[in-house]
Amino acid sequence: MNNLASAAWKKALNTGLVSGILAIMISLIGMVESFGDTFIINRFVSLGDILHMAPILILIYGAIKTYDQATWKLQLAYSTFSGAIAGLMLTVLVLFGSALDIREMLVNASPTLFRLLMFGIELPGGAFILILKGTLLGALAIGLFRLQPRWRNAIMQGIIWVVLIGTLRDQILLASFVQIEPLNSILRGFVFAQSGLTQFGGILLFLIVVAAYYFLGGRKKVVANNKQTPEKLRKSRLTRFGIAGIALLLLPPVLGLFFSEVLDSVGLFILMSLGLNIVVGFAGLLDLGYVGFYAIGAYTMAVFTSPEMGFFNLSFWQALPIALLFSVLAGVILGLPVLRMRGDYLAIVTLGFGEIIRLLALSDWLKPWLGGTQGIQRIAQPQIGPIAIDTLQEIYYLILLGIGLVAFVSIRLKDSKVGRAWMAIREDEDVAAAMGINPVFSKLMAFATGALFAGLSGSLLGAKLTSVYPHSFTFIVSINVLSIIIIGGMGSIPGVLIGGLVLMGLPGVLTEFEEYRWLFYGAALVMMMLTRPEGLWPETRRKLELHEAEEEVLEEDLTPAIQSGD
Amino acid sequence: MAILEIKRVTKRFGGLEALKTVDLEVKDNAIQSVIGPNGAGKTTLFNCITGFYTPEEGDILLAGRSITGKSPDRVTKLGVSRTYQNIRLFKNMTAVENILVGMHPHLHSGLIGGILRNRKTMKEEEEAVNEALRLLRFMSLDGYGDLLSKNLPYGAQRRLEIGRALASKPKILLLDEPTAGMNPSETQNTMLLIRRLRDELGITVLLIEHQMRVVMGISELITVLDYGANIAEGLPSEIQRNKTVIEAYLGRGSADGVVNSKPQTQPAQSS
Repeated sequence: MNNLASAAWKKALNTGLVSGILAIMISLIGMVESFGDTFIINRFVSLGDILHMAPILILIYGAIKTYDQATWKLQLAYSTFSGAIAGLMLTVLVLFGSALDIREMLVNASPTLFRLLMFGIELPGGAFILILKGTLLGALAIGLFRLQPRWRNAIMQGIIWVVLIGTLRDQILLASFVQIEPLNSILRGFVFAQSGLTQFGGILLFLIVVAAYYFLGGRKKVVANNKQTPEKLRKSRLTRFGIAGIALLLLPPVLGLFFSEVLDSVGLFILMSLGLNIVVGFAGLLDLGYVGFYAIGAYTMAVFTSPEMGFFNLSFWQALPIALLFSVLAGVILGLPVLRMRGDYLAIVTLGFGEIIRLLALSDWLKPWLGGTQGIQRIAQPQIGPIAIDTLQEIYYLILLGIGLVAFVSIRLKDSKVGRAWMAIREDEDVAAAMGINPVFSKLMAFATGALFAGLSGSLLGAKLTSVYPHSFTFIVSINVLSIIIIGGMGSIPGVLIGGLVLMGLPGVLTEFEEYRWLFYGAALVMMMLTRPEGLWPETRRKLELHEAEEEVLEEDLTPAIQSGD
Repeated sequence: MAILEIKRVTKRFGGLEALKTVDLEVKDNAIQSVIGPNGAGKTTLFNCITGFYTPEEGDILLAGRSITGKSPDRVTKLGVSRTYQNIRLFKNMTAVENILVGMHPHLHSGLIGGILRNRKTMKEEEEAVNEALRLLRFMSLDGYGDLLSKNLPYGAQRRLEIGRALASKPKILLLDEPTAGMNPSETQNTMLLIRRLRDELGITVLLIEHQMRVVMGISELITVLDYGANIAEGLPSEIQRNKTVIEAYLGRGSADGVVNSKPQTQPAQSS
């Protein structure tokens, strides 16, 4: 017992130290100060407050499970102890920063930061505030932990929603549906303040979300207890698909220009990721130069349609097959010599390929044809009959159609003979060859299919922007696409959709965080690899031997977990 | 008559001659074994037959046609199939999928068929799955079909690997230590299974084996390799008393003691 208790104290100390370090880091990279006046709730809670307090709360909450056997008094003692340690560490930062001039190295250790951390109170009293803040966070963690799961979930969702809506105040007010009159005045007048939510709006939103989750949480259990017949399940699945489809179609007019722009770039990335998913996820070929095919698609579209270059002046639809053909050809031409290599070697060679394509586009040598640094403007936009598809909202539908098509092809291929051959090569290339699979041919097919999808994405990019520049096709695009697949779940098609929304959608919407984008990216990747290496929505294996009905039940069981995950 | 002929095959790795002018003839519908001490070149021989290695010299004939230097997938399509010393299943694929991959040479649908799922493709797929399930039953693996192969028990993994090799409908099946790591009753079952493969499916079997009980129990002809060269060939009873073979396994001078079974001579101490 004594041992257990001392282990718990150690854990508590540890948690305090780690969360303290995290809070200090977040403060020192400038997030607290730059978001100090980005209010979630006007003049009450800022994003900066949330950002440095949330890690403390989350870590302490996570540590509780190591001493969940203890009495609540002991748990409270451990948690408040952790919190106090974290507060103490922040105090040390403030004292140190106030006494010495450390801004030479740590630019953000400014008096403003310290004032924000101490909620505006000056030093002797402020130190007390800091420790009190940590202790209260510890107590809050225990409070949440000891709540009924249903209440806990509801309250946590409430907090998350308030923070999210508060942060997104500016973007939400840009959306089209908000412009409708009574709603607009209500939102601007009562719910949203100059920055973030009003206090009234915040409390109202919190209560609504808590109530909704509390009652829905109760209902879900009843549904889960009912055994449903396969037909019913199929029906409910169909309705869900239907609702999702209609929602997707309604998004651009409802959300307006700003969100459509984000959706378009998310869509283009998803399109590319679906293609790379075939290469990396299905066939296991690490391709780091995938951006090359994207560039080839975009540039082919540009060269063949732009009157500026004056070669062909084709329409979008005439140039599209050519762009796709060129991408596939590039895939085959690169693939033939390269696909005899494996693993790391393949990765390095393809990385080189991607860079070569970009440098060619940039070069003076090809400037008469590819435009060099100035790129190519006035790319044709698609036209269907008399309707020109030229706004971001309209391009969205074209991208959506592309994604639908590509996802369909991916799903079909996955469960085909070709898909099995890819999977076998991914698992063990030698053995696959000994099973009668021609590895070079199969890999070439994967490469070409991937290149095709990237080319499609590139063509649509050209049509969306009406211009292409070499700097749109840097190595980081390949890395982004690869990260989407890894975060979503290798080889999983819904995983790619989720991965794309999370990795491209969130940064697109949360423009405030642009500066810290790569920090979050890196942190997310590390966290994923540690806690969920299989991805957000990992691929599930098809059942071939058991009956289909059982398969459906199994899939059904997974959906609640997925819904709460996104 | 002979389904597989290996004629004076030599395989070198740098300065090392892994196989030195090895000769081997496998008769149609036979169960034959290749034995030899560790490093004798048995697995290298298998790798040469299946196209993983190209021998520097010599010729390998399958039913009279040369398969020397052909790529592994071509060799498989011509009717040679194999298992591995250390199990090499597609670990993250289910048992059924493993078998379906094995059927690859006999499925004809391509990329387009896979996308469109026309009637021909669907029919072929359905038949393939049924065939795979039949094969699983034959290997007493029913019920394991939807498990990832890495989650199968050891004996089942060995059987699945044989099943996957059978799926390509081979003329000759090469088994690399099929009973490695098995307990006596599993070994017994595997021996029965190998006999059934020949008797019921008419498949010629060539196996590498270390367990003498298995080798002597089921082989009709045994070829012995040592340091990459043929040192003996014959019926199990002949090989058991062959002096050169016993020396290769137990060291020089051991042969007298074992063959004549006179314990009092203690040949091991004579050297």
